[in-house]
Amino acid sequence: MGLFRRGSLSGILQKIFGKKHAKIGIYGPPNVGKTTLANRILRDWTGDIMGSVSEVPHETRRAKWKKDVKVDNGNSSLYMDIVDTPGIATKVDFREFMNTYGLSKEEAKRRAKEATEGVIESIKWLEGIDGVLLVMDSTQDPFTQVNVTILGNLEARGLPVLIAANKIDVEDSSPATLKSAFPQHPVVPISALTGYNSENLYSTMVAHFRKTKRKKRR
Amino acid sequence: MTKKDRGISFNLVSRQKLGALSSDEKLKFILQEVKKGNILVLEYGLTPLEQTSLIENTMKEIEHDTFIGVEMEGYGQDNATFIQKILGMTKKPRLTLIGPANLLKTVHKDRNMIQTKIIPGRGVK
Repeated sequence: MGLFRRGSLSGILQKIFGKKHAKIGIYGPPNVGKTTLANRILRDWTGDIMGSVSEVPHETRRAKWKKDVKVDNGNSSLYMDIVDTPGIATKVDFREFMNTYGLSKEEAKRRAKEATEGVIESIKWLEGIDGVLLVMDSTQDPFTQVNVTILGNLEARGLPVLIAANKIDVEDSSPATLKSAFPQHPVVPISALTGYNSENLYSTMVAHFRKTKRKKRR
Repeated sequence: MTKKDRGISFNLVSRQKLGALSSDEKLKFILQEVKKGNILVLEYGLTPLEQTSLIENTMKEIEHDTFIGVEMEGYGQDNATFIQKILGMTKKPRLTLIGPANLLKTVHKDRNMIQTKIIPGRGVK
């Protein structure tokens, strides 16, 4: 046996230089702009997009991912597998799709059914990721149960989380409220729609997600 | 007696009751109660991992015409004090409110208060 086992040596190097590759999940409640942000990241770094966006909640009902997206902050870089997950919710009512968004009953029921499956898929993905980009709507109350539950879950697993305070292009947004609500995590105000402050987000992503994974338990 | 005549049941669940159950038993108990139309206040709340499992289980149980999910509001875990950490005491989850989403609506939540409304007849029957 050599002086260093392969695993140990790579572990030591990783601790010194940080991770080179990480699987990052984009999480959050429905309609906070997860896919818009995923599209922004991919467009900026690969020229591609992740998926379609819509004002109707639960547009993304299956997780989508893009492998080996290289994000650079000038000093260092990180290869990321970006996973765009369906929005997590505690309730799904097909009537909302009909009454608020004008979908037919059949279409609304199908969307609701797929949305419930999407939530389950999102939760299952938590098992296999290295870090989370948690997207919150900076025009909304930050203490929603979904935000609190996801954050608590990630903290319990010891996974690094970066909060993207999205929609700062909207007049009544308040990213400062998000920052004061979750002071234990880095919060980056951003407009995924316009790309405002995306450079700061990328820089923080590389620095934050390069850190080695601390612990992971269920 | 009609369903309307029965009113809405509001149950306070002690920490002893839930503490005696495993996580799976706890989640099963909660979902059973909520699906019956009961609103629960858990003295000893669910851990974030249990909350996540509750969301997952809820999604599996959703039926368009009878059960659209849960309204759940609670607080994260209290931070253990230095002494508690030395003694190996774990963080304690705080109070959690759970009810059927067709009945219970959160109006406001901040660090110290959860305000909800109970709306009979809202959403599914």
